[in-house]
Amino acid sequence: MPMTITEKILAFHAGVDQVSPGDLIEVKVDMALANDITAPLAIKTFREIGTEKVFDNEKIALVADHFVPNKDIPSAEQVKLMRKFANEHEIKNYFEGGESGIEHVILPEKGLVLPGQIVVGADSHTCTYGALGAFSTGVGSTDLGAVMATGEIWLKVPPTIKIEYEGNLLPGVRGKDLILYTIGLLGVEGALYSALQFSGKVIEGLPMSGRFTMANMAIEAGGKSGIIEPDEVTLAYVAERSASELLILRGDPDARYEKTVKITADEIKPQVAFPHSPANVHPVSEVGDIPLDQVFIGSCTNGWLEDLRDAANILQGKKIARGLRLIVIPGSPWIYKRAIQEGIIETFLDAGAVIGPPCCGPCLGGHLGVLAGGERAISTTNRNFIGRMGHPKSEVYLSNPLVAAASAITGKITASDEI
Amino acid sequence: MKFQGKVWKFGDNIDTDLIIPARYLNISDGSELAKSCFIDIRPDFAEGVSYGDILVAGRNFGCGSSREHAPLAIKKAGISIVIAKSFARIFYRNAFNIGLPIIESEGAVEGLSEGEEAAVDLANGNIESIDNGTIFSTHPIPGFMRELISAGGLVNYIRSSKINI
Ligand code: SF4
Repeated sequence: MPMTITEKILAFHAGVDQVSPGDLIEVKVDMALANDITAPLAIKTFREIGTEKVFDNEKIALVADHFVPNKDIPSAEQVKLMRKFANEHEIKNYFEGGESGIEHVILPEKGLVLPGQIVVGADSHTCTYGALGAFSTGVGSTDLGAVMATGEIWLKVPPTIKIEYEGNLLPGVRGKDLILYTIGLLGVEGALYSALQFSGKVIEGLPMSGRFTMANMAIEAGGKSGIIEPDEVTLAYVAERSASELLILRGDPDARYEKTVKITADEIKPQVAFPHSPANVHPVSEVGDIPLDQVFIGSCTNGWLEDLRDAANILQGKKIARGLRLIVIPGSPWIYKRAIQEGIIETFLDAGAVIGPPCCGPCLGGHLGVLAGGERAISTTNRNFIGRMGHPKSEVYLSNPLVAAASAITGKITASDEI
Repeated sequence: MKFQGKVWKFGDNIDTDLIIPARYLNISDGSELAKSCFIDIRPDFAEGVSYGDILVAGRNFGCGSSREHAPLAIKKAGISIVIAKSFARIFYRNAFNIGLPIIESEGAVEGLSEGEEAAVDLANGNIESIDNGTIFSTHPIPGFMRELISAGGLVNYIRSSKINI
């Protein structure tokens, strides 16, 4: 039987010739990931299981990125517990301080996730690595603790929904707009339990940063995973970062998809997701007058170098609106350094931005840029749920970095071509 | 496995930020987390819930983050079982893994009202409104998930199972 890329990866790791949607399988995991919020619970599970050693100290990544640099005593204790565990088990990929950045940015950047692999992470945006042609999905801490002990996990083979983007991108339209538009079309549960596969001419033309942005938000449509078949762009990205042998899989031409949705890119304008759902999207040209208190550019969705370049191009030689706070956080130390070398950070500082250390920052509303009651922000992140960035009575709008930067200048939601 | 308790009703797309906001995630103790469960949308929940109560919700319950703190907070708050029209998949896995039973039923969610007494029998998948006697039957939970629940969650399942450590 013909298979999709997702089915092929799963079959390979389950050690069988064939899998079909709905099959319950047990697969070997290539990389297991947890962060400073989810690792403590996973470590507790690991200890309860009672294994002496982790299954493989090179296939586990522990990243301190959510509440770092430690924001208070309880979060410092969580990181301490994670660090102790990493030392005890000689976890090779433990990242903290100046080595750390957002987990979903630094893992691809360091060549720690590769095409054809299975990656599970105790973080819902683990689906990001699908951009590399890997099967990657978020799990809870108990699952992750069990994987750290056994190196295996049970999964139900998901059906695949294929989205084909044809035509040409309009100016100012990025991967973020494609995915926001798609979530608007499918709804927040439109891809529930499914693998969301992005394909077509437009995807072939996207840089890795845009592909990561899209796979990252598959979960926002309920997807179990997002995936893009590896091509030259993928291979060039990986070649710079890893010398490992690769498992390059692609779907069969007659593979079966649960459904195929065709989207003409020429119809997509830059999108803005209104509170309190990533599916509540409107073209930026139709948003009306929405004054802002804060703008955030960063996160695992849009904290990539290309995103910072986009924002800097808009902010070059400009000042942000009076009374507005612009927070910019590069996704990793490498991106931060490159941004300094390219003069991007200087542009941000001259415009009046605050630059944060590579971490999740205000994305989840617990640290470094929390919103007060009644405040409104536009953010390049992936979620705008009630209270996501702070007070339950605050509001979050989502957009690409160009729109976010333009909005910082005017103090209200603004299309980048108006600057 | 039978559960009986008072119904707490919620709408569609209740995400994990609503179940337990990120500002409380600097701790992982379930009983502590339970004190802030639903704090932004039902500040009366943590105080008012009694042991054994039943949570009833609409579609896509538990969407958003992978934080296991969400099902843990619900379980430690005293909720015995969650009935929803559908669940987000990470929440679904997490709930079984930590031993919080959950069940999908469109009919029961439509039929049950806030504050009424209801009962769930996992063995036959029946959900009953004690007040008016209506019975809603549901799809049985997949066999594998039943094994997880009867083992008391994933940890015990692994300890007692074929998976080689
Ligand atoms: S940047 Fe935001 S969405 Fe990404 S891992 Fe951090 S908190 Fe989660």
